[in-house]
Amino acid sequence: MEIHNVEYKHCDLIEVTGRIDSSTAPELGEAIQKITDAGRFKIVIDMSKVEFISSAGLRVLIATQKNCRRYNRGEVVFAGISKYILDVFELAGFTPLFKFFDDVVAAVGNF
Amino acid sequence: MIFPGYYKSLEKIADFVKQEAQESGLSRSQIFAVENAVDEACSNIIEHAYGGEGLGDIHCTTLSDCKGFTVILEDHGHSFDPDKVPDPDISAPLRERKAHGLGYYMMRQWMDEVKFDFHDNRNRLTLVKFKE
Repeated sequence: MEIHNVEYKHCDLIEVTGRIDSSTAPELGEAIQKITDAGRFKIVIDMSKVEFISSAGLRVLIATQKNCRRYNRGEVVFAGISKYILDVFELAGFTPLFKFFDDVVAAVGNF
Repeated sequence: MIFPGYYKSLEKIADFVKQEAQESGLSRSQIFAVENAVDEACSNIIEHAYGGEGLGDIHCTTLSDCKGFTVILEDHGHSFDPDKVPDPDISAPLRERKAHGLGYYMMRQWMDEVKFDFHDNRNRLTLVKFKE
C-alpha cells in the first residue's frame, strides 16, 4: 500500500494505492491521525487505486469518521471508489455513513 | 502451502488463493469474495487463534470440484467458538458502530459454506464458494 497526502485550503486529500488489510491498515490510520492531530477534519480519500479492503481497513475508516464528525467539525468522504470496494462497504452497512463522489474534483468541491 | 503467521503474509496468501480460484474457473466477483473471506479468516487466526504475529503458521489448501472451490485453513492456535460471536448491527448509527466484530460476519457473507472443526489441537476452517 502507498499513501500520498495533499493539503488543500479547505480539506486534505489522501490518495491510497494497493491493499488495505491488517498489515497496512495501521499505516493508513497513522497517516490520517497526522492530519487530525493538526486540527484538520475535512478529509477526502481517493479510493480509485485501492484494490482490496478488509474489515481491518473498515475499522480505521469508521474510527476516523467518528473523530471527524465530532462537534460537526468535518467528515471523511470518498472519491472514485470501485464497484468491488463499494460491495465491501455495502456488506458492512457502511454506505449510509459516508458520502461517495465519482472523482476527486467533486469530492474536494464538497468542502 | 504453509505461510508464517504474520500480517505481511496476507498478500501472499491472497495471491496464492486468487491464482487457484482463477484456475478453478471462478468469476472475477467470486474470486474477490474468496479473497475477502480468506483475508478475514487469516487475520482472525493471527489475531485471535495465535494471539499475535509470529506465533504459528497458517496451512492453506485449495480444492476444486464440480461443487465449487474450497479453501481449507489450518492452525494450531486457540480454538474458536463461532456461536459466541454476535452478529454486528450493520444498521446502527455512526456513534454506535463497534470497531470490532465485522470479520467473521463478512466471511460468512462472502462464502456459501463456512465450517469450523477443532480436534487434535488443530483448528480447521473450510470455506466453500459454489460455482455459478
